[in-house]
Amino acid sequence: MNAKQADKVATIVLYVIAGSVILILAALLGYILIQGVPHLSWHFLTAPATAFTAGGGIGVQLFNSFYLLFITMLISFPIALGAGIYLNEYANQKSRLTGLVRTAIEILSSLPSVVVGLFGFLLFVVQFKLGFSILSGAIALTFFNLPLLTRSVEESLRTIPNLQREAGAALGLSRWETVVHIILPAALPSIVTGIVLSAGRVFGEAAALIYTAGQSAPALNFADWNPFNVSSPLNIMRPAETLAVHIWKINSEGIMPDAAAVSAGASAVLIIAVLLFNFLARYLSNSLYKRLTATK
Amino acid sequence: MKRSWLIGTIVVAVLGSFFGWSYLNRDSQNGENITAVGSTALQPLVEAAGEDYASKHLGVYVNVQGGGTGTGLAQVQAGAVDLGNSDMYASEKKGIDAHALVDHRVAVVGIAPMVNKKAQVHDLTQQQLISIFTGKVKNWREVGGANLPVVLVNRVNGSGTRATFEKWGLQGAKSADAQEQDSSGMARQIVATTPGAVSYAAFAYLDKSVTVPTLAGVKPSKQTVANNTWPIWAYEHVYTKGQPRPAVANFIAYLQSDHIQKKLVPSLGYISINDMKVERDMNGHVKMVREES
Amino acid sequence: MDEIRESLLKESKAARRDKFGRAISFSALLLIVVVVVSIFYFVASKGLATFFVNKVNIWDFLTGTKWAPGQVDAHGKAFVGAAPMITGSFLVTFLSALIATPFAIGTAVFMTEISPKRGAKILGPVTELLVGIPSVVYGFIGVSVLVPFMRATFGGSGFGILSGSMVLFVMILPTVTSMTVDTLKAVPRHYRESALALGATRWQMIYKVILRGATPGILTAVVFGMARAFGEALAVQMVVGNAALMPQNLTSPAATLTSVLTQGIGNTVMGSLENNALWSLALILLLMSLVFNTVIRAIAKKGAM
Repeated sequence: MNAKQADKVATIVLYVIAGSVILILAALLGYILIQGVPHLSWHFLTAPATAFTAGGGIGVQLFNSFYLLFITMLISFPIALGAGIYLNEYANQKSRLTGLVRTAIEILSSLPSVVVGLFGFLLFVVQFKLGFSILSGAIALTFFNLPLLTRSVEESLRTIPNLQREAGAALGLSRWETVVHIILPAALPSIVTGIVLSAGRVFGEAAALIYTAGQSAPALNFADWNPFNVSSPLNIMRPAETLAVHIWKINSEGIMPDAAAVSAGASAVLIIAVLLFNFLARYLSNSLYKRLTATK
Repeated sequence: MKRSWLIGTIVVAVLGSFFGWSYLNRDSQNGENITAVGSTALQPLVEAAGEDYASKHLGVYVNVQGGGTGTGLAQVQAGAVDLGNSDMYASEKKGIDAHALVDHRVAVVGIAPMVNKKAQVHDLTQQQLISIFTGKVKNWREVGGANLPVVLVNRVNGSGTRATFEKWGLQGAKSADAQEQDSSGMARQIVATTPGAVSYAAFAYLDKSVTVPTLAGVKPSKQTVANNTWPIWAYEHVYTKGQPRPAVANFIAYLQSDHIQKKLVPSLGYISINDMKVERDMNGHVKMVREES
Repeated sequence: MDEIRESLLKESKAARRDKFGRAISFSALLLIVVVVVSIFYFVASKGLATFFVNKVNIWDFLTGTKWAPGQVDAHGKAFVGAAPMITGSFLVTFLSALIATPFAIGTAVFMTEISPKRGAKILGPVTELLVGIPSVVYGFIGVSVLVPFMRATFGGSGFGILSGSMVLFVMILPTVTSMTVDTLKAVPRHYRESALALGATRWQMIYKVILRGATPGILTAVVFGMARAFGEALAVQMVVGNAALMPQNLTSPAATLTSVLTQGIGNTVMGSLENNALWSLALILLLMSLVFNTVIRAIAKKGAM
């Protein structure tokens, strides 16, 4: 076999590999959607879950997932933004301490989410008496989310050329002013992408929530928007089972007769939501980029 | 710069007044909160009863969580929650000081072995059952079935189902190390589809996809459990630390009332405590409480 | 005179604001570090209690093959041999990395060298989507499709190391792929041009120049994927079979550190030996992620030279 033939064979092999990866994804998505979509209905999406009779929905879980995501982002984004800015703009890149901090963040990101969940359970649920609540869950998810988000903020800032910083300095701006008025707006599109993509991961997380936000979803009164009432959807001290936890629970303990159908339907909803997050990330990043740079 | 300050102030003011208004207008009934944590098997029952109870007693809110029997007992012992749901007696769980806890039985769960259909086994003696689960019998031929190797499917170590099965089904013998499943539905599915597989589950999970052998001729059923001819059953417990406060005591009484015991308990596959003709303590002492009818 | 002097010596508004911003962003960073340190301290104190409070021999813990913390042997020692789970975790991790690496490199090369346009349009989004699929969904598919398939093909129950590895393979593939793409893109353009100018075919250029140049980066990607596989819990727990036995073959039920941890933690009582032993498993997980990190740093350092 000469070099030309080897080249041809290798090219074909690479095509096959790339094709099979696409096939794997297509099969996965196809399977989930084909299994799940027939069970989707307005009733399924809005009705509360039932414990042991057929016909339960995922309405409360769906709302909980989004609300928990929102609270998590509210807590984790400012922290990640600050940490990202410090790491990229202020920290001495060569110092050992910075390296150590980066390692710490890396470790946090490779920490099994079960461990994060249990830590959250013992510290927040039990010690701080927050109980099984959205707040406990959001803090646990923040731990899980921080490393990802910090890294993506840092990377976004790093892609902004130093020319911009020098220009800011030359205009007599302080470093902070440069960051706030020049660097952040320029990095905004990729920061937004990072947020939305990490939102997708937070949305599907279950292990960290089982022991923090809880496994029960009490019925909500959607007419009551007073965050201090127990049955209000906005209350952050109520237990909240999310969609991902629900799937896990009915796969292990479900005794309703249509457990398989509910689990398939819920999986499909979860996947569709993650797909939407992905498209949203792309769209937002593109349109922001166009608006901020005036390129067509 | 000035404008952003202005907007910021307005946003803070609006949010602040919203929360202030909400706080002042919150329902005054937030006082009574009953929290129950523990056994995932018992969770649906307490949860459903809790919702029912809350709808009848305005101002009481029952918050039920899973987390496992160990978590439930540890938390109720620590005083972190009001009720600890448990599949077993508290003194059977290591690390729990059972003296401080008060037991309230809310249901009875019957457990039966289930065998893959291809094994063709329909009756077992208790000794045979023990030999199978301790790994002494390796082929179904040895107990009168087909020529098929035995595949054990165990439940998670520490789970109530396993503890009950080993205590009453295997007479205290420990089952051999094998595959473990933490869900009953999954265990049944494996037994149904794997030739020669054997496991055990609560009555609610047994169906036509598996063979449920009789034990020395006794069929597992509500009646045989009620008069203790079928020995593999256990109480579902709700524990409190010391005597419960009135609101909690009322809820426990509601759990044990006919309303819950007659309707909800059977529909979840449990046996009502009021139907039991015997009472059995932890060490197996049986006492007749009702005459056979 | 004094006014000028004062205005020169006094901190300007901008400088004060800079200090303020610096302090805020630093405190955010500090918060993260505090979180990491407290998790570490917490897991370590719980996990080490097995050895210091319950007096379990560390060596017995790491090499023992019987895991039944509730029972004691003839000498009154508890069975806390974690070897089956440690073996199981390493087996699924290495196997999944072994399957994922060729796929990831192939896909990455395709995306950067063969067909960058299609790569960016189709494969990029595809890998990003795979990252986003929640692990419970992977577990759900594993149980309903993969396990019956394994049962039909290899006999037995279908649960086992192989099923776990297959699920993990799909889960880590996108991570490894996208990191490999980044390193391949970082190989300078003139490497490619000089190779082609010397008369190399495209494959020779890829194989002899680009992949060689990108080796440290690819290794980092693979180790990173392994770190993820090692820590994954729910999806693996659903398909691996959870038998705390030394794995006899790849299709017999086995257990991993994470699967035993997730299943058991709710059934044990805090402070008891059973519970502490589980935290020791968590400590092993934590230490392993530290090891993976050190390896990644070591590779990066070597590659930079």
